[in-house]
Amino acid sequence: MKRVYVNEKWCLGCHLCEYYCAFGESNKKDMARALKDIKINPKIWIEEKDGVSFAVSCRHCKEPLCVKSCITGALTIKDGVVTINKDKCISCYTCILICPYGAVSPSEDGAVQKCELCVKTTWGTPACVEGCPNGAIVFEERG
Amino acid sequence: MRYVIIGNSAAGIGAVEGIRQVDNQVEVTVISSEPYHTYSRPAISYLLMGRTTEEKMKYRDDDFYDKMRCKILCGKTVTEVRPAAKQVVLDEGSVISYDKLLVATGSEPFVPSFDGLDMVSQKFTFMSLDDARKLGAALRKDKQVLIVGAGLIGLKCAEGILDKVRSVTVLDLAPRILSSILVEDGAQLVQCHLESKGIDFRLSTGVKYFDSNRAMLVNGEMVGFDLLVLATGVRPNTALLASIVDIDKGIVINKKSETSAKDIYAAGDCTQTLDISSGENRIMPLLPGAYMQGECAGVNMADGNMSFDKAIPMNAIGFFGKHIITAGNYSGEVYTENVKDRYKRLFYSDNKLNGYILIGNVEKAGIYTSLIRERTPLDSIDFSLICEKPGLMAFTKEERNQKLGSVSL
Repeated sequence: MKRVYVNEKWCLGCHLCEYYCAFGESNKKDMARALKDIKINPKIWIEEKDGVSFAVSCRHCKEPLCVKSCITGALTIKDGVVTINKDKCISCYTCILICPYGAVSPSEDGAVQKCELCVKTTWGTPACVEGCPNGAIVFEERG
Repeated sequence: MRYVIIGNSAAGIGAVEGIRQVDNQVEVTVISSEPYHTYSRPAISYLLMGRTTEEKMKYRDDDFYDKMRCKILCGKTVTEVRPAAKQVVLDEGSVISYDKLLVATGSEPFVPSFDGLDMVSQKFTFMSLDDARKLGAALRKDKQVLIVGAGLIGLKCAEGILDKVRSVTVLDLAPRILSSILVEDGAQLVQCHLESKGIDFRLSTGVKYFDSNRAMLVNGEMVGFDLLVLATGVRPNTALLASIVDIDKGIVINKKSETSAKDIYAAGDCTQTLDISSGENRIMPLLPGAYMQGECAGVNMADGNMSFDKAIPMNAIGFFGKHIITAGNYSGEVYTENVKDRYKRLFYSDNKLNGYILIGNVEKAGIYTSLIRERTPLDSIDFSLICEKPGLMAFTKEERNQKLGSVSL
């Protein structure tokens, strides 16, 4: 299955992936309009320190601890994509407690949020990858 | 071949999914005392609060049993296990044969024998959907509620009902709330938060006796109430396997979820588990562990090969928007951080993280949890950086490439 992988050595630390994530979610056509006056809460983010930077987002693990640990059954695997059913989520944060990558985060809408590879957006494939100017994140099969 | 699973909650469901990872053919029968589709037990406080519904709190979709090709017997209780004949007996008298059996009978509320308790007319426990329905039906704006037990169950109950009653008072023998997961100053912080929302506490004191609608406390005080909730702890349901398998604090199992009897497995709240953060066997009635132990049992029942040997106590819990995440055990040296909305304690010794407590800001807590579960040597990461801020930056570049790029180490 195709997943988002990180090529750390190519990351410029430009944070465009974060903006593309929010843009992808907005389902709007124009990036500037989509992001105007909003504080983004992206599902991918850059960690950076002393000249090193890289993007972090859900790994879509084959054995996802978050899915196994979810107390309401809100997190499931759909065609390989670890997916959140926001209707069932009660924001108990057990997934935040267990994800070893720190890839599930709180959101404003009463449920947790995580990367779903843009399958629910009009993009269909990860917007962050489309927007990365340097090939530091890629969407491909790596087994 | 027929596999029988007693229990329809996290461990039982984990087992069904575990079996089906390995074997699509074998006959699977789930037997449940409760007459319901599998549901999320911890969601009952959210149900009373109105933040979920009975429909939404179903632990799996409506077509789960069909999809898993699994027979479900709801509202039937197993009264006896006959290991020699490989049979279980149901309360209505019928007998079901098994080739392999999983006991995932969970835990039940433990209520001490208080004097006068039998004369209290409106008393409740808070563990099941039936409990929540009964309590929910009794809630009125003019009712005063006394909750005995300031643990996870008692306090989630308090949060769930506070808006619907006149007052909520919580009582505990311990000097602090949430004594199983918080240390003194953290407990104080959360208690202040709960008090600011209107919950009253009586700590370091117990009930001497009940006199119909009054609780006489050990400290001499009298507390009146209309509704009494008993949240004084849980104990594992082990009775079915008494004198059949080894039982200590709970049913004794190995890392493959096998009991001491051939072809009998056990998982979840009814078992005792090795806590790898402390090295002690203990009862850990926690949903994620129950699921993983059940899944492990299911895979092994179906002749697959799985081990569950990373159990640690861990809790994610929140009250009125303030979140708490804790894991492991609280021994060793302590890293402390106290700034506005960030309470953090990390406990470490012998080059390992033993446990942690986060209150307020809980983001990326799972990175700490993984250090405990994987027993990561702290000198292999940038520990001072990760103390400050959980992140993958603290790992070596090679490990990051493996984690984020699937590049082999």
